[in-house]
Amino acid sequence: MSAFLELCGLCKVFPDGTEAVRGIDLGCQQGEFVVLLGPSGCGKTTTLRMIAGLEAPTAGTIRLSDGDITHQPPQARDIGFVFQFYALYPHLSVFDNIAFPLQSIGCGVDEVRRRVGEMVERLGLRDLVRHRPATLSGGDQQRVALARALVRRPRLWLMDEPLGTLDGDRRMQMLELIRAQQLDLAITTIYVTHDQEEAMRLADRVVVMDEGRMRQTGTPAGIYDEPESLFVAHFVGSPGMNFVSGESLTGGVLQASGGVRLPLPEHTPASQAVTLGIRPEHVRPDPQGPLPGTVVLDELLGTHRNVHLDTPAGRVVMRRSPTETYAIGAPICLAFDGGHVCLFRTDTGQRLR
Amino acid sequence: MNAPALRLSGLHHRYGDTMALEDVSLEVGADELLVVLGPSGAGKTTLLRTVAGLETPHSGRVELFGEDVTAWSPARRDVAFVFQNFSLYPGWTVRRNLAFPLLAPSRRAGSVTRANDGEVAERVEWAAQLLHIEGLLERPAERLSGGEMQRVAIGRAIVRRPRLFLMDEPLTNLDAKLRQQLRVELVVLRRELGIPMLYVTHDQSEALSMGDRVAVLCRGRVLQTGPAQQIYDRPATPQVARLLGQPAINLIPLRRMDGGWFVDSAHRVAVEVPSGAPESERLWLGIRPEAVGVEGGAHQGTIRLVEDTGPATVLVVDWAGQQLRLLVDKAPCWTAGDRVSPYLDERRVCVWPRS
Repeated sequence: MSAFLELCGLCKVFPDGTEAVRGIDLGCQQGEFVVLLGPSGCGKTTTLRMIAGLEAPTAGTIRLSDGDITHQPPQARDIGFVFQFYALYPHLSVFDNIAFPLQSIGCGVDEVRRRVGEMVERLGLRDLVRHRPATLSGGDQQRVALARALVRRPRLWLMDEPLGTLDGDRRMQMLELIRAQQLDLAITTIYVTHDQEEAMRLADRVVVMDEGRMRQTGTPAGIYDEPESLFVAHFVGSPGMNFVSGESLTGGVLQASGGVRLPLPEHTPASQAVTLGIRPEHVRPDPQGPLPGTVVLDELLGTHRNVHLDTPAGRVVMRRSPTETYAIGAPICLAFDGGHVCLFRTDTGQRLR
Repeated sequence: MNAPALRLSGLHHRYGDTMALEDVSLEVGADELLVVLGPSGAGKTTLLRTVAGLETPHSGRVELFGEDVTAWSPARRDVAFVFQNFSLYPGWTVRRNLAFPLLAPSRRAGSVTRANDGEVAERVEWAAQLLHIEGLLERPAERLSGGEMQRVAIGRAIVRRPRLFLMDEPLTNLDAKLRQQLRVELVVLRRELGIPMLYVTHDQSEALSMGDRVAVLCRGRVLQTGPAQQIYDRPATPQVARLLGQPAINLIPLRRMDGGWFVDSAHRVAVEVPSGAPESERLWLGIRPEAVGVEGGAHQGTIRLVEDTGPATVLVVDWAGQQLRLLVDKAPCWTAGDRVSPYLDERRVCVWPRS
């Protein structure tokens, strides 16, 4: 079965020579929520803009429900786009802002009223329909922008960091709202963000991008548990994976800096430059542990705490219960849960299996 | 006892008809990082500008180290301000940007002094080293990334060793990953310098993780002040409860019936409430997502969403007319549609009167 949205060999080189996107091959199923995740400059927004028709690809094709739309103008694509900096029409009321996409495709007055009314209810904007955007809070403006993008029931929904300007509390509400609407309406969605927590919570599938390329694709749990490269292991996770680099010795031992020796899986080939990776939740204090550390920082995060330690082999973070406390400067020996260790080649950054 | 670095007493500030600050009283200890957490429009920036001397309060007092500075000029106060928007001099190198605060005459303690060239070079190198920007010193400011610019801006604040740091959401415009790294560096750096800091943000994770203490500001008023853990565990109002914690706290409306408490959005779903609940017919019950048990309650619900956050899983459960959020250890065993019996442990709930 071919995908609902299919990107083949998509590339973008800007006139100044910047290679923003260097070959994206991606298929999305109908109703799927796909998140493009990566740091600034990784090409995620450019990819999204090409799907929307706001940038012309230098090479490659875009197919949407079996039609080639690569060269279609944006308005012919039936796509809803929510930008990072939402632009509402300042002189129109909330109602008219939401109604605009319907009016511009020639819907009748009754239908406009019915569909806008439904969106207004869905997004909790009923009391604000007569207001102008400038009198609304940032969060309410964002809801209006969402309503406007959804009212037409587009075939495809594109979002470019839609939570970018929102406060913490509003941000979480919005995140849950977006996901609930997307599931309810079963709209295929491509969502761009640099925030891995957003990506994890929203996505059916995450595409991790870097330097214009796709680094890894998978379910949130898949890319979190089984990163294929140092880049993905670092970028996904809050904070990212801990790394200890060194040389593998015969018999499954890592010789790291500062005289530290850590156990490795037994099948690890000897005399290689390898990097051991371990998630903060798989590091624990253990008086017999092989890695001595000193507490530098004890960060409370409500549901848990991140304890940062300096060790002879570099900084290590462990995730602990909020009920434990750690004094700055306290010496603590650390052990890793062996079953959760990931190994990478230090030179290429690729996972060793 | 030593005077606090900063003491604000009864500050009021108004823009036209809008009350920006209303009876704000706060203290920052001599070696303390106080985070002011609030949504946009809460008055956070006005508060900082008032401390810096860029705004004059309509009433109230600003004291620095026991001295009333309310009428002092910004320069005389000797505080350093870091803004949300990267504010470096374009066209100038990083070195020149860092050196600039040292070249302006310092009015500390009333005497006008100017650093000599040797001192300036030394301080710039020192600040650059602390912030890991030694390699960027000769680069023009406009060729820096956002993260690098903000490091330089922080460097420019520390180079002078001010008496107090004022930080206005300095990490907000950075990528999430970078934000986390810099947040850690900033706390450790401040501690090593031993200079007090007033840090304002709308980001609850910054407030929880960075603050020695946290003050919650809403619509110009301080709603609660205390250690982060205390505010997280015992929020004074539902509003404070909602501002801290991710995923957000569950707030459930209750009403009293036949001497017991029931969920207001459902038919006869009883809940246990800790003794000493407020005298009221209606309550808000708050319980953190990590405190709700998946099983053990008397009333069933249906899992609507399963969100993977990496080390833990968020379950959104339709229950008694509410959407409950549960944070559970990573558990691939739950899927949408499963029936569960959420358990609200009365020892871990907070209650407030509801109007």
